[in-house]
Amino acid sequence: MIPFVNILLALTLAPLMLGVINRVKARFAGRDGQPLFQAYFDLARLLRKGAVYSRATSWVFRAGPIVGLAAVLVTTAIVPLGGEPAPLPFPGDLVLLAYLLGLMRFVTVLAALDTGSSFEGMGASREVTFSALAEPALLLGLAALARQSGSLSLSKMYAALDFGAWWQSGPVLALVTAALAVVLLAENARIPVDDPNTHLELTMIHEVMVLDHSGPDFALILYGAALKLWVLGALLVGLIVPVRTGHAWLDLAAALAGMFVVAVAVGVVESSMARLRLLRVPQLLVGAGALAALALVLSLR
Amino acid sequence: MAETVLILIVLTNLRLLGASRLGASIRTVAVQGILLGALALLAHGAAPTWGAVAMAVIGMALKGGVFPWLLFRALRQADVQREVEPFVGPIPSLLAGIASFGIAFWLSRRLPLPGGGEGLSLLVAVALFSILAGLFLIVARKKAITQVLGFLVMENGIYAFGVGLVRESPVLVELGVLLDVFVAVFVMGIIIFHINREFEHMDTDELATLKD
Repeated sequence: MIPFVNILLALTLAPLMLGVINRVKARFAGRDGQPLFQAYFDLARLLRKGAVYSRATSWVFRAGPIVGLAAVLVTTAIVPLGGEPAPLPFPGDLVLLAYLLGLMRFVTVLAALDTGSSFEGMGASREVTFSALAEPALLLGLAALARQSGSLSLSKMYAALDFGAWWQSGPVLALVTAALAVVLLAENARIPVDDPNTHLELTMIHEVMVLDHSGPDFALILYGAALKLWVLGALLVGLIVPVRTGHAWLDLAAALAGMFVVAVAVGVVESSMARLRLLRVPQLLVGAGALAALALVLSLR
Repeated sequence: MAETVLILIVLTNLRLLGASRLGASIRTVAVQGILLGALALLAHGAAPTWGAVAMAVIGMALKGGVFPWLLFRALRQADVQREVEPFVGPIPSLLAGIASFGIAFWLSRRLPLPGGGEGLSLLVAVALFSILAGLFLIVARKKAITQVLGFLVMENGIYAFGVGLVRESPVLVELGVLLDVFVAVFVMGIIIFHINREFEHMDTDELATLKD
């Protein structure tokens, strides 16, 4: 029962994370901000519109959003939330998770290149560069967790965690948490790596790739991005709030609260930091990778 | 607890390898010195002797207070750009740092040490890593002041090694070591000033063209 509630929660509440982030940012700036459910309104509005396709594009451009959303939908089935396992756990699903996120990025990049716009090509090249640096951090961090729990399945890895684990091997978990937090910010095109607010600026990365998508296609992309934030957030929450009361629903509620704490934290980071210079971003990502590698070496003891 | 301090020391080393500002580097070395003092206190267990506490406090004050002050003074007097100017950039340096931590870790597992245990193995790994990181900083950075920092990090590594193996060396020896390091940093601060006055920079690679 609970595993499917997990998926249902991801599908329904993922856009709310964006709303919370925006609300926190607005509060920091002294504004009231958009409604909490603005992301849902946007999705509904975009889905009712028609799509415009440039004559320069091919089927790759149309397939991009659909394949991307499909890939991230599958990840919701393997990432656990709370103490219960995910619906489809199997040994080695952490590699599948990395590859599904990679596939989502790959089709987005292909669609961006398919438009033939040099602007989108630039964004695509940046996105690929940065994600190539973020992926080792994700995989090494998960490898450290796998080593710690002696299991290769995300569900079992996270089920083995509790506050006792923090007591025993706090340093390793703290290092992995730091690495995953940086990966979360980088993969979701958040400050300090990318600025989700800039739509026409030469330094932006993710937003520039989806400039040509319109209507339902753009809705799929927005929804996919929200789900990606949810999935990576779930990885982080599983680490920092490993509440194990024995009551599955209570654990789930704690994890849900944790998700929104993560959203608030992202909002605080965005309000209090400036975006890094493009040259500095690889340093940040390699630094996260270094932390994850350190965690892995320490967990080898 | 001691493990957390050790990992914080590793993190300060990585921060040093990735840093691009001289001021940040000096502050990081200061933090590392204070962490080492804490490590020495923790290594003595629940009831440290007065001598041990005094040595740790003197070490912390020197490494966390006096050395940074001397180095910042040298930096101010030399009036140079505040960037590190590496031969090896921050990203390759970080990767080299992780690789050398792996090597240090592997070595520490294989080294037969008297009274070895789990905690000791990590301490030896961190000590070796500090020594390697210090060497790397000396070799891979242009400015004379980063070489002083590298020397300090190396010394910290050797000190950590001593904390793990000897527990409590005679106060006289420790005082002598601290005095030596103090004199070294003091003299190097003066030398940096003089190099700078003579050549209007303190890039040591430029000194290679000196002929007698």
